[in-house]
This record gives sequence, structure tokens and C-alpha cells, in this order.
Amino acid sequence: MATIKRTVEVELSTSGMDAQGRPVRTPLAVAADGSTVTVAAPPAMEPELEGEHMLINLGPQHPATHGVLRLVLELDGETVVRCIPHVGYLHCGFEKIGEYRQYNQIVPWTDREDYLNSIGNNVSYILGAERLFGIDCTPRATVLRVIAMELSRIASHLVWLGTTCIDIGAFTPFLWAFQERENIYSLLERWVGARLTTSATRVGGMAADVPAGWTEQLQTFVTLFPKTIDEVERMLTRNGIWVGRTIGLGAMTADEALNYGLSGPMLRASGVDYDVRKDFPYLDYETYDFEVPVGTNGDVYDRYLCRVEELRQSTRILEQALRRLPDGPVNVDDHRVVLPPKSKATSEMESMIHHFKQVMEGPRPPVGECYVATESPKGEKGYYMVSDGTAKPVRWRIRPPSYVNLSAIPKMVEGHLLSDVIAINASIDIVMGEIDR
Amino acid sequence: MTTPITLVAAGSALPGDAPAPATLRKVDHRGGLPSPSVDALGAKFGTAVKRVDVVWGETTVVVDGGRLQEIVRWLHDDPSQRYEYLSDLTAVEFRDSEQPLEVVWHLRSIAFRRFLRLKVLLPRGTPLEVQSVWPIYKGADWLERECYDMFGIRFAGHPDLRRILMWEQYKEGFPLRKDFPLRGRFSRAEQLRQALAANPEARYSMEELSIADAFEDLPQEMRARLRSGEKTGE
Repeated sequence: MATIKRTVEVELSTSGMDAQGRPVRTPLAVAADGSTVTVAAPPAMEPELEGEHMLINLGPQHPATHGVLRLVLELDGETVVRCIPHVGYLHCGFEKIGEYRQYNQIVPWTDREDYLNSIGNNVSYILGAERLFGIDCTPRATVLRVIAMELSRIASHLVWLGTTCIDIGAFTPFLWAFQERENIYSLLERWVGARLTTSATRVGGMAADVPAGWTEQLQTFVTLFPKTIDEVERMLTRNGIWVGRTIGLGAMTADEALNYGLSGPMLRASGVDYDVRKDFPYLDYETYDFEVPVGTNGDVYDRYLCRVEELRQSTRILEQALRRLPDGPVNVDDHRVVLPPKSKATSEMESMIHHFKQVMEGPRPPVGECYVATESPKGEKGYYMVSDGTAKPVRWRIRPPSYVNLSAIPKMVEGHLLSDVIAINASIDIVMGEIDR
Repeated sequence: MTTPITLVAAGSALPGDAPAPATLRKVDHRGGLPSPSVDALGAKFGTAVKRVDVVWGETTVVVDGGRLQEIVRWLHDDPSQRYEYLSDLTAVEFRDSEQPLEVVWHLRSIAFRRFLRLKVLLPRGTPLEVQSVWPIYKGADWLERECYDMFGIRFAGHPDLRRILMWEQYKEGFPLRKDFPLRGRFSRAEQLRQALAANPEARYSMEELSIADAFEDLPQEMRARLRSGEKTGE
């Protein structure tokens, strides 16, 4: 049975919404004792307009589509009757290219699919590749990877928060969110040298260990960051405009969300407590003390609450990871997959052979296949790899969470207003690089 | 008004005596324990279960393509299985041109924390067609369209099987097939010529243009062109 730790009760300052988020119609008459008197609704004044459906093309070049998404909307007045999404404008054939690359050479491609979560993708992908090679990473690399994944989750959620605020019309939280994201990118820059395209992992370990003084910098971030979450929450959670524009929009029930294959905060906002970190753990996530926020209504507002709470939980995980970060090597001691040190490669015969074999041929996993899923900020990010024993995979498949999440958008926007389509689309947290691949 | 958001420490639906999930370590390449669903599948469907493999701790069940939908529906509905979540759907073509194509379904039972991989083999020379699981999982919609787009595998029973990542007029074939060259089938010059010759109006499908009056508003010549089916990618 679930351990329900606490319930965050949010008192909303808007009086104009009922429990389902629909605007409350104010009664027309109030009796002398203060009770309301029901007044019959006035007869419909407008004539029925039939057959006047309009075709609106939203995107692909539209700032609120977060890239190049095209939605063809059939409108009845301002209400969406039907939505036909078109994707693929950013398709670059990552999976095809991966079949022509060695396992370590695929890592840079994983930066570029979900580019808001690049270091998280590096880790997800390499967990799959290491399963295929049958190796387990070192204890230090395990904790460093947890740090990488949670930092990247925070960065991705911050971009989501900022851009969604802009889409809905709030500008200030965008600046706060991006300032914190800047801090994370400074940390990543000191660690791996790149901010966005990190390529931080290698089969058997990491490209680099963290530099001296890095953990202190991360500790500063972890200490200061919750203040920003509080500020953003103070700005938005009970804000009448924010609430009015998010509650009740794009609601999915738990059964629908499961059936449509939603994952991540989209699924949890609907009340399904499926988190890959808890249910199918990897990187020792089962030993960290953190909780998974689960919503009830599955609307845009609940998705917002879930993501904000995930920011706090990720900070908790970061704190614990910092405390337990062990000393030791980041790469496994297996020179079939990890390059020997250059000094040894030039002085010892065996190391030179390992070096030569790896550089010229690439490490070869045994024949086999695996599907390794991790919890990315968008949802269940899986990598399915099939090896035929050569140095290049036969098939490298990305299970893109935002692709599957986006496929439910016709269902979510149906019956909502055109301006709500923007809010619902923003709440999915799509990254077109990942959807089109 | 209260908007409840609860913090959950672990998955709630886990049966009481099941061990807590843990990170997999030192997984055997072959010979691990198969998923408990395998026995149930074998008992229920008999010969429709053709082969069971356990590779890197993951169970793969190769099933008869003709009974796929029946099997998936049972896995989804049966209270002892409850594979309610379709993680992924894709296909694999091997470099060996004799080996059959594989269509792969990754299913998850969130209630029992199980993972199962189903496969249907499509031998060379047979039509590339399998049953759609869309009636069971709505999430299969785009996954099946992508699989069709990339491999040319048709999913019988899918309501709207058309290209998704490539455009509808794409004529070069199916990109993830091994006989498709990395740089594409056409030369760069031909690709450019086709891109420049494309009709921008044809970017709307017939289905979209049939919405209300939009189609009637188009010039006569364009309507005729669209009616003649200027959209399919095959």
C-alpha cells in the first residue's frame, strides 16, 4: 500500500471556479436572508450556426508550438472540434545513423534528440549499452550519473516552467527559471566542458570525473535552489489568472492516460503512480529517499503541481547523492570497453592492443538485445538496442516519451477553446527534437 | 477549493508479499528466469507461443502473428497479468537478408511490475502485415504509424495508417530498411528538384480539406488534383 506522506492543500484565491474548474455562474438574485435564488436561464439569443466550421493551421512556425509542430484545427466558433497533428519537420534519422556508428559514437546523438535533457539522455542510453555489454558501472559513476540525471531533470522542468509561463502570459517566472537553469549549465560546463551537448558518458563510465571544488558548487546550488521554487510557487500556485487558465484543461482520467501510453508527469497528474525510478529502479534509485507526486484531475494545473514538486524531490535526491558520493574510479577496470591510459598504451604491449582494437574496431557486445527505460523529465525514456555481435548495433531505437504523450493531444484539446490549445500543448512538455528524431 | 496532490513513497499496487524492486546488477546474458507470464501464456495459448528467450534478464516471447491481437488482449485484460501499459512498439531488420523481420512490442504490467517483450516474425517473401493493437492500446496509434513509415509494415485494423515522420508524398521508400542507403535513395539534386516542385497547397490532406467549406473554397484545378489522390507516399 502506498505511504501517503502529506497532502498539499492549495486554497485558491479565485472564487470563480467550481470543483471541475468550470467558471461558476453567479446567481442573478440573492434573497434577503443571503441565500441565493435560482433564476431560470434566459432563452438562447443567438441563432444556431451550423456548418460554419473553420480550418485553422497552427504552426509549424509558431512560438507556442515549441519547435516545429503543426496542428490543423477544426473550429466551431472558438471551440476545437477536431485536431489533426503533423510531426516530422525535424526528422533527421537518428535511428538510421545509429546503425552506422559504434556504441560510444552514438552518445553525441543522444544529446541532440531531447536537447533539454541531454546529459540525462547520455546516462539513459549508456545504461542500455552497458546492459548489452554486460558490465556494471563503478559506485562513483553510479552516483555521478544520478547527479547528472537529476540536474538535467531540474533544468528541463525549469525550461518547461518558463516557456509554459510565457505561453500562458506570465513573464516573470520565466526569468527566474532561466537564471537557475543557467547555474545548472555552469555546473555542467565545469564538469564536461559543454553546456548543452554534453556527451558525458562512455560505455563503462564517464567521459570525465567532476573537477575539484565542483561538489561544493553543486552544494551551493542545492542550498539556494529551493528558494526559487518557493518564489515561483508563490507567484503561480494561487494566482487567479494562472489557475483560471490551467484548471480543468486537457483532463485525462487515469485509465485513459494509461491506455494512451502517457508517462512521466503527464501520467502521474492523472493519478497513476508509475515512476520508472520507483517501479523499475536503476542506478540504485531504490536506496534514495524521495517521493513521487501524484495528482488527481490530470489537467494542466495538476501537471504543473507535479512538476514543481518534482523539482523539490530532485533537489532532495541531489542532496543525498552529494552526501554519499564515494571516492574511486569512474571507469570500470575492463580494457575491452574502456581505453587504457595513454601512457600505458605507448609502453605496454597488451594496453596497446586494447587501444588499437578499440579505436579501429570499437568494443563489441555479445549477440543480444535489451530495452532499458529510465525516467526522463518527459516520461519513460527507453532505449531498445539489438546487437548481432558486431561493433555497431543492428537496431537502435529511442522510445520517445513526448512523442507518445503528444499523440494524445487530439483527445485532450477536443471541446476546449483555441487559446486553451496553447496551454494544453505547453503542459505536455514536448521537445520536437525527441519527437521527430 | 482544494487541489489534492499526494506524495507517494512507492508504487501502491504492489502485491503484499512481492519483494521491493531493486536495481539489476550482474545480469546474466542468457539463462535467467523467464517472466511468470510465460507459463500462463503457454497454458492459455499453447502452440501460438512459438519460442521463449531470456536475454539480459528480459523475457522475449515469439508468438503467432495470426493470434497476436487475441494474446495481447488477454495479457491486457486478465486480472493475473494486467499488462495495461504499452511501452514501445517497433520493428527490427537484421543485416542478414535471410533473417525474418521482427515486430516488437514492449509491454508493462504496472500492477505486478512486470515487463514482457512480444515478437512476431515476418519471414522474407511474406507480406509485411501484422494485426494492430490499437483497439487495445490507444497509445499504439502513432507508434504503429511510425513503424509503417519507417519499415513499411502494415498494421491491419489501424484506423489511420499513413506516414507520420516522413511527408505523405515521400517516394523514396522506407528509411529504416537495410536496403535503404544512409544518404537516401535519390540523389541530392533529385531530392532538391522534388522539394521545389512540391505543391504547397497539397500540404493539407483530403481529410483536413473536407472539413466544412475549406475544400469548396479551393480553385477547381486544385480540387481536381487533390481528388486524384496526390497524397499517398507509397
